[in-house]
Amino acid sequence: MSEELKVPTMAELFAAGKEPEVLFWVGCSGSFDDRAKKITKAFVKILHKANVSFAVLGTEESCSGDPAKRAGNEFLFQMQAVTNIEVMNAYGIKSVVTACPHCFNTIKNEYPELGGNYQVMHHTQFMNKLLEEGRITLEGGNFKGKRITFHDPCYLGRANNVYEAPRNLIKKLDAQLVEMKNCRKKGLCCGAGGAQMFKEPEKGDKDVNIERTEQALQTQPDIIAAACPFCNTMMTDGVKNKEKEDSLKVMDIAELIANAGDL
Amino acid sequence: MQYLPNVVFLVILITGIGYFARNVKKLVRNIKLGRGEMPSDNKSRRFKNMARIALGQTKMVVRPIAGFLHVIVYLGFIIINIEVLEIIIDGIFGTHRVFAPLGKIYNILIASFEVLALLVILAVVIFWLRRNIIRIKRFIKPEMKGWPKKDADLILYIELVLMVLFLTMNAADYQLQLLDTPHYTKAGLFPVSQFITSVFEGMSVNGIILVERIAWWMHIVGILAFLNYLYYSKHLHILLAFPNTYYGKLNKPGQFTNLEAVTREVKLMMDPNADPFAAPAEDAPPPDKFGSSDVMDLSKVQLLNAYTCTECGRCTSECPANLTGKKLSPRKIMMDTRDRLEEVGNNLNANKGEFIDDGRQLLGDFISPEELWACTSCNACVEACPVSIDPLSIIINMRQYLVMEQSAAPSELNVMMGNIENNGAPWPFNQMDRLNWADES
Repeated sequence: MSEELKVPTMAELFAAGKEPEVLFWVGCSGSFDDRAKKITKAFVKILHKANVSFAVLGTEESCSGDPAKRAGNEFLFQMQAVTNIEVMNAYGIKSVVTACPHCFNTIKNEYPELGGNYQVMHHTQFMNKLLEEGRITLEGGNFKGKRITFHDPCYLGRANNVYEAPRNLIKKLDAQLVEMKNCRKKGLCCGAGGAQMFKEPEKGDKDVNIERTEQALQTQPDIIAAACPFCNTMMTDGVKNKEKEDSLKVMDIAELIANAGDL
Repeated sequence: MQYLPNVVFLVILITGIGYFARNVKKLVRNIKLGRGEMPSDNKSRRFKNMARIALGQTKMVVRPIAGFLHVIVYLGFIIINIEVLEIIIDGIFGTHRVFAPLGKIYNILIASFEVLALLVILAVVIFWLRRNIIRIKRFIKPEMKGWPKKDADLILYIELVLMVLFLTMNAADYQLQLLDTPHYTKAGLFPVSQFITSVFEGMSVNGIILVERIAWWMHIVGILAFLNYLYYSKHLHILLAFPNTYYGKLNKPGQFTNLEAVTREVKLMMDPNADPFAAPAEDAPPPDKFGSSDVMDLSKVQLLNAYTCTECGRCTSECPANLTGKKLSPRKIMMDTRDRLEEVGNNLNANKGEFIDDGRQLLGDFISPEELWACTSCNACVEACPVSIDPLSIIINMRQYLVMEQSAAPSELNVMMGNIENNGAPWPFNQMDRLNWADES
């Protein structure tokens, strides 16, 4: 994992007169959070492996505005959105992939009205597409028979009705997909959405991520699969709280795929 | 004198329906206090939603036990109301069982009413047990104390009494038919009430007629009274579920509305040709308030949502914040919105249609910021609602008011928003470092 990753930026490609197949929207977590950066890199490896011509905005990328909007700061959200849309439209971007369901939801659903119309995919959908097109192949070696439970991110599942893409990938790993008590439409939030990620929770009996981690532990998983950097953080904290970090891992679907293929 | 019963019946009927119409007018007026217009787009999709969710009860049966019992009461309510039509015609014209000439069809109708009535009684008893003996959690949350609890029980009692009256009426009628009493046309099949005719043994014909008449009158008066009780209870959903599912959100649940008032401001800010020193035109209307602090700042659909809520609590029982002991309950958000709207409506009634400031508002006097800030915007409440109510949109609108009008966000969120403003990320990292991850091993 030590070799450097080649990550082209839109600016570089534009200067060379090239147009990538897809823009990889990295997002703030993917750019700055140490845990989420690993997800970003795993996904970039998959993109390389599949020979996808992609680019990132790099220093021209800015927060999608999701946490501001959910916190009630519509003004800040729209400022962010309009600025991002200007950058993306200037590059003539048509399709976007992101590993963050919050960016995914915002860009896909809330940008069009403000002038940003793109085909937006979550990375689990994109990886499925790569598999279907035969651009990557999967042999589940490393995860064969492992018990994997999938935590539905609210902004991927309920918010956008994407339930099967991540599950399909887990099944392709020859792993045993075990469902939690609350899954799919009834999936329980990790506790990070609606800008909760950035504040202490209100007074209560318990933190939401602990409740969700308990549900996950009931399935006795080897791995808790996540598909959102915020969920990943919350579930990792929950597992640590339960002192289970030695016996099970919280991993993003992109990391599972990258590891399975020994990328 | 022989037309006295017909006249009395007409007076009761007109009073009952007239009073109900007055309440409907109030209801419509109150809903119209909301902002914007009711959506007029995508009519066919909306009709399909209404047919599927309200008429077809698809979201009720997500919880099989409550769903099944509810379908029984729902079918009972709709089908037994065909009988009410006959009762009304009989009442006005002094006929008896005017539909009897339908023959076989009539027998099937009456028989199915009877079976349904019995099933409704069973369902209502189980509903009562679930609320009062099993005490299912969502029925005993803090917001259910007092009137909401009484209201729920009262509705069950009324339904029970109405069904018992219906069966008693039929039983007495059947007994009178057996006794060849004149005026009591031999018609109908009585698979349920035939088993209670034995209570009339030894009773005089006049006595049985008295029982039949009392049951008949109380049944129809009870139905009219129940119709008028709706407006004062949580039970309006039996009517409003239909428009509410029709006007329900069609966009992806994750898509929150972009505030137009804000878009105008943002566009002005981004416009290089805008004159930064321009004063607003003299006759310019005052700018819209950002977000909502009272019911008048909510949309008409949101207010319709509030009246439609029947306090079943499925939203609250799925809410991650409520499940972990926080104060937030999406059901309470809807109940508070309705209660405040009623308060505003009463204010209008008392002041000849003009609202006199009462120094109260939805935010603070009904819903506390603590509740609003506990929401994770996960959409579980929206998904759980069997009649397409959206409590989340009200929570977000009220957060918008807190943040944009009052700068009253929790301080950590102010830090997060400051970071986004200054460096384009919710954490204090430099935007120029966004691609550093690519070089780190």
